[in-house]
Amino acid sequence: MNWIAIVSIIAAAVAVSFGAIGPAFAEGRAVAAAMDAIARQPEAANTISRTLFVGLAMIETMAIYCLVIALLLLFANPLLK
Amino acid sequence: MNSPLDSSVLFTVGPVPISTSVATVWAIMVILSIVAVVVRRGLALVPSTTQALFELVVDAVDSQIRATMRVDPAPYRAFIGSLFVFILVCNWSALVPGMEPPTANLATDAALALLVFVAVIWFGVRAGGVRDFLATFASPSPVMIPLNFIESLTRTFSLLVRLFGNVMSGVYVIGIVLSLAGLLVPIPLMALELLTGAVQAYIFAVLAMVFIAGAIERDKT
Repeated sequence: MNWIAIVSIIAAAVAVSFGAIGPAFAEGRAVAAAMDAIARQPEAANTISRTLFVGLAMIETMAIYCLVIALLLLFANPLLK
Repeated sequence: MNSPLDSSVLFTVGPVPISTSVATVWAIMVILSIVAVVVRRGLALVPSTTQALFELVVDAVDSQIRATMRVDPAPYRAFIGSLFVFILVCNWSALVPGMEPPTANLATDAALALLVFVAVIWFGVRAGGVRDFLATFASPSPVMIPLNFIESLTRTFSLLVRLFGNVMSGVYVIGIVLSLAGLLVPIPLMALELLTGAVQAYIFAVLAMVFIAGAIERDKT
């Protein structure tokens, strides 16, 4: 195993682990804010939870991008060809 | 372990290789069409249990479109409803033993995202002509034209990557746990995957609605 492969594996792990931190905090804050809003205005729960789901999907995309980068490094690495 | 970015060839029609996920998509399309035709044939004014169940689904789609887009749901019901039902059935097809959800393949998701991209243009042009549709790109100010243009491409890409990443990672997590821990252990993960599949289908449909709503929205001032 040459050093490019070793670096790729380490980089993939680092990408996923650090890439998950930001979205995790962001999703926590979004859910907390939505809970707060629903507690204040229970009649708007439908609109809030729909917007929350869309927002969570947007935030989660950041983590998924990191996952895709990791997969590219592991399975479709152009430097290893 | 196979690469999640590759697709396995099931058989070839002449020179064209047909991958497993494409064949699965065809099977799901045939099953959905047959169910739709059969249910449609039995429509009655006093609904049977089956009809009531399907009316519930249509009602749910309608109310979501009305709540998200704030327009009459009739022109969009067919597109959004088929997107939701198709992705849901694709995600849940992992429950059939030996089947891999076709949405865990990059090509299927790319086709779905491309459909949404084309649908945004189609509904936008149909709502008020090419001129008005192009004017939506300059919507807050003409400075935003390049950004809005790039956004319409990147959001299609993120739609594709989101669905692919979620479904494929679920398949892989189940596979890894199964190889490490053995039979019956990944069942809770599969239950979680059912939830993820439903949520992803819902999110895909809602995002398609939001994008279309942005294209058909006209400045009232």
